[in-house]
Parts: sequence; C-alpha cells; structure tokens
Amino acid sequence: MQITLSVNGRSHTLDVPENTLLVDIIRERLRLTGTHVGCDTSQCGACTVHMDGRAVKSCTVLAGQADGASITTIEGIGTVDALHPMQAAFRECHALQCGFCTPGMIMTAIDLVENTSQLDGSTVREGLKGNLCRCTGYHNIVKAVLSAADKA
Amino acid sequence: MYRFRHHRPATVDEAARIFSDCEDPAYLGGGMTLIPTMKQRLAAPTDLIDLGRVDGLSGIRVSGEEIRIGAFTRHADVAASREVIHAIPALASLARQIGDMQVRNRGTIGGSVANSDPAADYPAAVVALGATVHTNRRRIAGDDFFKDLFETALEPGEIITAIDFPIPARAAYRKFPQPASRYAIVGVMVAELGGKARVGVTGAGPCAFRATALEEALNRGFDAAHLEGVEIPDAGFNTDMHASAEYRAHLVGVMAGQALAAL
Ligand SMILES: Cc1cc2nc3c(=O)[nH]c(=O)nc-3n(C[C@H](O)[C@H](O)[C@H](O)COP(=O)(O)OP(=O)(O)OC[C@H]3O[C@@H](n4cnc5c(N)ncnc54)[C@H](O)[C@@H]3O)c2cc1C
Ligand code: FES
Ligand code: FES
Repeated sequence: MQITLSVNGRSHTLDVPENTLLVDIIRERLRLTGTHVGCDTSQCGACTVHMDGRAVKSCTVLAGQADGASITTIEGIGTVDALHPMQAAFRECHALQCGFCTPGMIMTAIDLVENTSQLDGSTVREGLKGNLCRCTGYHNIVKAVLSAADKA
Repeated sequence: MYRFRHHRPATVDEAARIFSDCEDPAYLGGGMTLIPTMKQRLAAPTDLIDLGRVDGLSGIRVSGEEIRIGAFTRHADVAASREVIHAIPALASLARQIGDMQVRNRGTIGGSVANSDPAADYPAAVVALGATVHTNRRRIAGDDFFKDLFETALEPGEIITAIDFPIPARAAYRKFPQPASRYAIVGVMVAELGGKARVGVTGAGPCAFRATALEEALNRGFDAAHLEGVEIPDAGFNTDMHASAEYRAHLVGVMAGQALAAL
C-alpha cells in the first residue's frame, strides 16, 4: 500500500507491504535507528515515538494506521550540540546505563511532562509504566524526568 | 506477521459490507490487543477492517442521565474527559488504570469491550453501571453482553458503535493489578444506581459479571459492615500462575470493600 507520513518534519511517501509496522518503516526504510525494538509483546516501550503528538508504541502501529500521521522520533527532538531538555536531564542525572531503553523513555517522558500538570515521584513512575529498563532500577530516570519537568 | 489486507472504510455500513465479502476478516480498533495477538500468530485474519477512519465513531457526549462514549474513543480520552470526570469519576479513573500511557493513547473502548478479555477493566463498568452497548444492528444490555472467555453477544460482523453509561449516584472502581501487565487480577466497581447497589467484577471469572451476593448485602445497608462474611463462591473462577480461584474470590470481597470505602 502507498502511505504518506511526516517524520521529524519531513514528508515521505512510501510503498510498503500492508503488514509493515511503523517501527520497521522508521528503522528499516528511513534508517532512523534510534527507535529500538525490545520485545514482541507491546510491553517494553523501547519503540515509543510520538504520533500526532502522543506517545505510542511504534511496534504496535500498522503502516496503514500511520498513513497521514505526523511522527516524531528521538532523532527529531534535539541534536548532539543542542540536546532536548529531557535528554539533557537524562545525562545530568545519569539516568541511563546501556541506553537501550533511553529513546523510548525520553519520548514517553516528554509526553508525560507536556500533558500532566502536577508531577511527583509516584505520577512519574505511573507514567513510565509502559517502559522497561533492565539496568538502572528507574531511580535516576524518575529523578531526570522530575528535573526536566521542573525546568519546563 | 502473516500477510493480510488492510481496509480503511469511511462508514459503518461500508465496514460491515467489506466484512461480509472477506474470507476471515477482523475489525481493527486501536490494535493494542489484535496486533500483538497477530504477531504471536494466535490470530491470522486475512483482512483487517480498520475502524479508525470511520466517521462518527469517537467522542463523548453527556445527555441528561447518560454518558455516550463512541466505540473508537481512546482510553486516554475517556481518562482525561472533563465530562466523564465530572459525571462518572469512577469511569475516568478506571480508564486511567488501563495498561500504560502508550496503550491508553491507542486502545479504544469498543475494542476492549468487544474482546471480553477476562482481565480487562471496562467490562466491570459495563455490568456495574448497566450500560447499553449500541451496535450497527441493535442495542444490547450490559447485563447480557459478556458471555464467556473472549465471547460476547456480538454476532459475526457486528460492530459496536457506542456505549451508553447511566450516571450513577456514586461509584468507585478498585483493581488489584497484575504488576507486570497491569491487567486486573480482580477489579470491582461498586455503584449506587436508582437507589440500588450494583457490583461489577472483572478478572475473577471467564468474563465480567455482577456479584449478586454483594449487591444483596449492600441493599440491606450500604456500608462495610454489611459486606462482612458475605460468601463469594469461587466455582468457575480463573486459576493461573498469578492467583488461584480461591484467592481471586477473596480479592473480590477485598476490592469491593475498598471501592465501597472510596465512594
Ligand atoms: C501492554 C498492554 C497492557 C494492557 N493492559 C490492559 C489493562 O490493564 N486493562 C485492560 O482492560 N486492557 C489492557 N490492555 C488491552 C488494551 O486495553 C486494548 O486497547 C483493548 O483490550 C483492545 O482495544 P483496541 O481498541 O486496541 O482493540 P483491537 O486490539 O483493535 O481489537 C480487539 C478486538 O476487538 C474487535 N473490535 C475492535 N473494535 C471493535 C468494534 N468497534 N466493534 C466490534 N469489534 C471490535 C477486534 O476485531 C478484535 O477482535 C493492554 C494492552 C497492552 C498491549
Ligand atoms: S518493542 Fe517492546 S513495546 Fe514496542
Ligand atoms: S539503561 Fe539499559 S535498559 Fe535502561
């Protein structure tokens, strides 16, 4: 099927098989490999991107569902020289170890901060329920999100 | 995933027509259950009929004594809706407890109810509040909707279009979540509607049901004292690695007590 979607502000028209997942378009077709795949059960959140402004698991979105959508991936939020405030907070708070979960964590955290009025430790943990980290024990991730929220 | 065709109809009638023309079709809601199921090859429909571009299937409307929620309304929108928070806060709170933020941003109420997962949250509200499920063919009373494990009163090809929830005098929902998936090991909604108690239970049995023993007890007196000692029979309850039938029966009483305290 032919689909058109905008990724990080650039429009792409692609011909893809109907059983293609959004994450495969992002990684395989557009070569934006910052978005990760950590599971086959829609549980880990490593594949989280923004679709029309909301955090979604791109491994559980079909090409045809993403047709016409505006997608933002981890590559679209900041640059090495000008990190997004959430990226800066993750670095500042040492909120990553291996980094595999980090792009998904950051995309979820940005949605969380933008759409929640009052955040505290427990609402951040609640908000990050859909993102698994096997390294950090979450403590510093929560710290980073709260610190970015404070500055937002 | 196996290959399939992806149809994107613009109306309910067109969706139903495509369904009747396909070999092994399935409607696609938010895909939060169906897509993982297809990835695991537990389902392999030949045709997906996407309800996401069908006009008029999403939205929330309050009219007098009811809230109507369109079938394609996403969990996050129910959770954040001022109307729902104002009229039935227990329903907004239930929606907020489903899965995680990304799942709530995609999953729809119609898909959740049509699926009748034994551990899904919405079914507890559908039975507790005596909701009416609207389809493209008829209306189905919430009490008659859930039939068994993943089985509902829906006929092949029937599409849920909206669900009407009567606004109760008060209601509360409490769930004991499975900590990894967030699905309900047991979830209970206690409501007072038309002067009577209604108690909807999910997670415990093959599908959502009303706990009549608890309702009778609360109709004698709407307080915790009347719940004490009420026997919840565990016959037919689910047993799995997370909880035995007996433990689930116990949790029904505990969650009902917590919901009652939160009313
Ligand atoms: C990680 C994870 C955690 C989750 N945790 C929870 C939880 O805690 N509680 C909970 O309740 N749920 C949970 N879910 C399930 C989630 O709520 C799903 O969104 C929901 O069960 C299905 O809705 P959907 O719109 O995604 O439907 P789909 O997955 O698209 O469809 C599900 C079924 O319903 C049918 N269908 C869809 N829409 C209609 C319609 N309008 N009319 C007729 N048939 C229709 C489809 O054909 C399919 O058989 C979780 C899911 C995931 C991935
Ligand atoms: S890859 Fe695990 S949720 Fe998408
Ligand atoms: S930093 Fe390794 S998985 Fe989170």
